[in-house]
Amino acid sequence: MIELNDVSKTFNQNQPNECRALRGVSLRLERGDVTVFKGPSGSGKTTLLTLVGCLARPTAGRIALDGRLLSNLPERFLTDVRRHTFGFVFQQFNLIRGLTVLENVMLPAYPLGRPHRALVNAAHVLLDRFGLAAKATSKVEWLSGGEAQRTALARALINDPAVLIADEPTANLDSALSQEVLALLGELAAQGRTVFISSHDPLVFEAAHVNRIVEVHDGQIAGDRRC
Amino acid sequence: MPEGLDACYCATVSSSMFPVSVSLPTMRAFLERQKYLIDYTLAALLRRKTRNLGLLLIYTLLVFLFSSVLLLSQGLRREAATLLQDAPEVIVQRLVAGRHDLAPAAWLDRLRQIRGVSAVQGRLWGYYYDPAVKANYTLMAAPERGLAADEIVIGAALARVRQIGVGDYLGLRAANGQPLPLKITGLLDSASELLSADLLLLSEAGYRALFAIPPDVYTDVALTVRNPREARTVAEKITLALPDSRPILRAEILRTYDAVFNWREGLAFLTLSALLLAFMILAWDKAAGLSAEEKREIGILKAIGWETGDILRMKLWEGALLSLTAFLAGYTLAWHQVFHAGAALFAPVLKGWAVLYPELQLTPAVDVQLILVLLAVSVVPYIVATLIPIWRTATADPDAVMRG
Repeated sequence: MIELNDVSKTFNQNQPNECRALRGVSLRLERGDVTVFKGPSGSGKTTLLTLVGCLARPTAGRIALDGRLLSNLPERFLTDVRRHTFGFVFQQFNLIRGLTVLENVMLPAYPLGRPHRALVNAAHVLLDRFGLAAKATSKVEWLSGGEAQRTALARALINDPAVLIADEPTANLDSALSQEVLALLGELAAQGRTVFISSHDPLVFEAAHVNRIVEVHDGQIAGDRRC
Repeated sequence: MPEGLDACYCATVSSSMFPVSVSLPTMRAFLERQKYLIDYTLAALLRRKTRNLGLLLIYTLLVFLFSSVLLLSQGLRREAATLLQDAPEVIVQRLVAGRHDLAPAAWLDRLRQIRGVSAVQGRLWGYYYDPAVKANYTLMAAPERGLAADEIVIGAALARVRQIGVGDYLGLRAANGQPLPLKITGLLDSASELLSADLLLLSEAGYRALFAIPPDVYTDVALTVRNPREARTVAEKITLALPDSRPILRAEILRTYDAVFNWREGLAFLTLSALLLAFMILAWDKAAGLSAEEKREIGILKAIGWETGDILRMKLWEGALLSLTAFLAGYTLAWHQVFHAGAALFAPVLKGWAVLYPELQLTPAVDVQLILVLLAVSVVPYIVATLIPIWRTATADPDAVMRG
């Protein structure tokens, strides 16, 4: 369980360009849910995901994971929690150019020092599962949008995280590819993984496996319903 | 957990809903992690090969220049020390009004009587300017060679310049203005060319005839001391017995050589320091001006689970690989240049200015202290110069990646 208690996030604090992205958000996110954070651009849903995924610290308020307070952990421990608990799929995929698909998928596991053979095997299993086996040695800049999205998904799963966080996963895909990615997210949810998605795409809200929609507006929770 | 994933590798708390796993802190995991970081670093270097190759070339050139100066001056010092090993422990000169004058032959007996002196030999040596090659020769009487009055042995450099050899005649102009033809009976060993390049050896009679030196004087007197550690005490006794004499110890000559090479080395380093400074600025600029792509890459790595320490370690490996490659390449090239290619680059500065350059083949030697000095002046500044700007980028929040 992830619990946010009166969480705020302000960028460029005390500067002329100060921006209050989140204001006093309190939320309880349950295990096994597929939760969609819905809202227009600039509403604060991506900021909310970065705080939930330990990519940033709140300016005020508390965030706890399984009762363990995260918001005051030193960077090293926060990174440890992030790398073992969360897998990220970014809106722009954020694959590293010049590296192959296989190398990109293996990257999050490098700091853990897993034995090379075991890591390569694990990466191949994920590539097989997402239909990318033939692309393992291709450079990522040669991939289509759908292939890049699936590579990003495989990379997010290499450390076997309990929670998958996907930021606008369908933003750069056409309808067919969007359905394909949503189906994959559905499969992961069916296996018991917790999934958080930020999106303003109706295709995502209407997906069969989504069971909670949290609406975000102007940095505040505007609605929270179970499907 | 998906099939095939290494389930047992992560020690997970299965009862927890969001398991927080901790990697096993084994040595194997540590080594694997370093291997991955090196792999990633090599790939990163190759992805930006044009820029890194340029940097590597400049870096190699810098190490090559510094190594050449150090290797050559060290080699010359070693060579001088080796040659001076056989030099007499004490040389006694006569001074008149603070200038070197000829020493009376009567000194030989007086010096023999000083306790601690085991052998005394009067020496005859001087300089001769040859307008034909515009060079100064060093002439020395060598009674032990048993030369006749009209015979001479010459140094290899002189033989090369005058294009003469054994059996030829070398014509010198005597003090009375008359030409003095001397038959060349031998060439000096090229192994000692540092000292013998411009050396001419002749008999005592021939030397005295050439310079019109009276038979009862010598240029100076060489002493052998029974116990070399007492050389300084013997020198003090000589100063008391012969107040107008100046004893010179072998250790003092060695120190003078050292000072000369230090001065020349310093001169070369002063010139090179501008280059070192330029390189430091380049390295700082390279690291401080990380491209947008590199910054984005660092952000991605942090977002997917790398910590600041991993990024710094990766960049340390990058700096170490680049600087060690440059160090090895530069040092190897310098070694070859100094010990096998005649040290053409810095010879005029470090050997001294001369017309008759010795064709010197320095003996290759590995000096660990020298290697450490070179590492300290090349590898360490580069890593330090690059690390601070990278640390500033690596400590940025990874959420910047999420926000695009």
